[in-house]
Amino acid sequence: MAIEIAMPQMGADMTEGTVVKWLKQVGDTVTRGEIIAEIETDKATVELEAFESGVLKRLVAAEGDTVPVGDPIAILGEADEVVPGDGPSRVAATPPRRVVDRTAEPVAATPMRDGVTASAGPSLTPGGRIRISPVARRIANEAKFDVSRLTGSGPDGRILRRDVEEAIRAGVAAVAAPVAAQPAAELRPLPPPRASVAAPAAAGPVEALSRMRQAIARRMTLSKQTQPHYYLTLDIDMTAAMAFREQINATANEEQRVSVNDLIVKACALALARHPKFNAEFTEAGLKLHDQVNIDIGIALDDGLIAPAILNCAEKTLGHIAADAKDLIARAKTGHLRANEYSEGTFTITNLGAYGVESLIGIINPPQAAILGVGSVMPQAVVRDGQIVARQVMKVALSADHRVTDGAEGARFIKEIQGLLENPASLAL
Amino acid sequence: MVEMRLRDALREALREELIRDPLVFLMGEDIGAYGGSYTVTKGLLEEFGEERVRDTPIAESGIIGAGIGAAMAGLRPMVEMMTINFSFLALDQIVNSAAKLHYMSNGQINVPLVIRMASGGGSQLAATHSHSLEGLYAHFPGLKVVCPSNPADAKGLLKRAFRDDNTVIFIEHTSIYGIKGEVPDDPDFLVEFGKANILREGTDVTIVGYSGSVHQAIRAADMLKEQEDIDAEVIDLRTLRPLDMETVIASVKKTNRAVIVEDDWKFGGFAGELSAQIMEQAFDWLDAPVARVSGKDVPMPYNRNLEFAALPSEEDIVDAVTGMFRE
Repeated sequence: MAIEIAMPQMGADMTEGTVVKWLKQVGDTVTRGEIIAEIETDKATVELEAFESGVLKRLVAAEGDTVPVGDPIAILGEADEVVPGDGPSRVAATPPRRVVDRTAEPVAATPMRDGVTASAGPSLTPGGRIRISPVARRIANEAKFDVSRLTGSGPDGRILRRDVEEAIRAGVAAVAAPVAAQPAAELRPLPPPRASVAAPAAAGPVEALSRMRQAIARRMTLSKQTQPHYYLTLDIDMTAAMAFREQINATANEEQRVSVNDLIVKACALALARHPKFNAEFTEAGLKLHDQVNIDIGIALDDGLIAPAILNCAEKTLGHIAADAKDLIARAKTGHLRANEYSEGTFTITNLGAYGVESLIGIINPPQAAILGVGSVMPQAVVRDGQIVARQVMKVALSADHRVTDGAEGARFIKEIQGLLENPASLAL
Repeated sequence: MVEMRLRDALREALREELIRDPLVFLMGEDIGAYGGSYTVTKGLLEEFGEERVRDTPIAESGIIGAGIGAAMAGLRPMVEMMTINFSFLALDQIVNSAAKLHYMSNGQINVPLVIRMASGGGSQLAATHSHSLEGLYAHFPGLKVVCPSNPADAKGLLKRAFRDDNTVIFIEHTSIYGIKGEVPDDPDFLVEFGKANILREGTDVTIVGYSGSVHQAIRAADMLKEQEDIDAEVIDLRTLRPLDMETVIASVKKTNRAVIVEDDWKFGGFAGELSAQIMEQAFDWLDAPVARVSGKDVPMPYNRNLEFAALPSEEDIVDAVTGMFRE
């Protein structure tokens, strides 16, 4: 029986994707789990796995085509099966696909993982639809205005008529007056009217936002607007951890060489298993506690950043984590991540230690419950037993969603991380 | 224009119709010697005599049946059901005869019968005597359903009912018999069926009601203006059949929001019908789901506080409206 392969939803805010490359051709046999295509999303190029086995009968989308989430891109079937539309001019003979209309709402999303639906995005329903009133949608469509970045002021964040009308007014004004050095205003979902009163004297060129930039803007704004953050910082004495790392790396092969960040990932994985509310997600229905610990690591790219996950950290040894992190970083830089790696993270570590930053207070990666910001390991004068001694100190900051946990729980969690890193032998298990 | 109570305006309408048309006569329980349970027919027996103002036994099905027969034979009867609660006993006559004869006789027979009923809760008459059945009667094709909210409309609509060739269910909310208003004394004054009345103009939300609910809607509109600076438009439907959707839709297209108020239960009530029609006809103009403010889903409690809680209030309307604006 013919099976449609649809454009997958890889990430909560993905509405469409581009087929960059087909790795299988018509007639090829495909086994379940095999990589069949490369799909470009807002964030990266990811590999698409086949969820079923069969013979690739037809490519609905050609390379370079952009297709809405949920629309078919290929047809899988039995070897001798004739599928509708099968014929010599395969790609060309396909029925016309819906033109991607950025002003229209995104197609209802496919559930993301084990039945949990994509959560967020400004004014998104759990199913991934934009929550917008009919009159607001009509006005936006008539004005060809993209509502996907609007945040609604109505019940449950519904976009109302007033939101669209204000945004159109502000948007029209912003286009009319070239904006001078105010990128912040561009990111704001509802630019206040004063944004349009920019002094044209210092007018410079407006740089178009890349899709990654738009995605970062959308997600960070969502986080700050919907997740009430609280912050806890403390110093971790890394002297023992640094010595431990040196010891391991003296004998480890290249692949398993351990970075400071790997130690932190391992410590967090252990701490998260003991403090499951930091490995959770707030929903209106209740707290969703994830059964896997998937730790996102922030990776800076030339044109933005991405935070793919090291999957199932709680089950992995330090060496396994180190190998996975290296592989993940290499693939992130060449845009070859898999969908679940950046849609299934449950906690994030952001580390600018390599840049010599003393401390970093992160913005929670929605819909997660917390993020750990990590600074450089620096030699510092510390008082120990009444004596001033030099120790290797690292400042960490926990940013946590106050809807999920309170400060005292955060304190216990971050102290647990501190304890694990200051007594690193437990990380070797 | 004369200021009078709603019950007096109804009596004026009956008097004028009895004078105007010798085919008009009245029947009902205690409408003659006693003057009517709500004194609507007080004095009419003395003025028009036993032939035209007839006291009947307590036999609702029989009275309505007699009214249908008289109407079929060419008279213009008005039957008073005392209260709408007793009309359940006559439901077969109303639904299977009055509403159907014109259709089933291929237009050979008309049933120009006016059935008056007092309706509504709020008087501690408990579960069996506090019904609001306007929506129930509006459900049946073949009936006209009239529910006035003020003395002038009461008079103009009742006089209009006598001139209709179909059966008219004329429903009077007991809580508004005593309200006063200016009423035209012109004997030709009529209020047309199927013409809703915009009682208050507004830009932010349309509040639709009928009968007693209209007064709550107006008070709620005052509160909304004062407390929230929300300008509510208030529409009095006047008749549920025929229904003036044109006025409602024009208003909703202006305000983008609608709240429907009625005493009846929400489940399967008339507000649901109106809400569905608004969505069918003005979906692309809505900024919020249509809200219904209705009676609670319980038999009417006897206890005064519980009865008050079971009926919709001005505060319920204000809450429904503000809920459309707040995050």
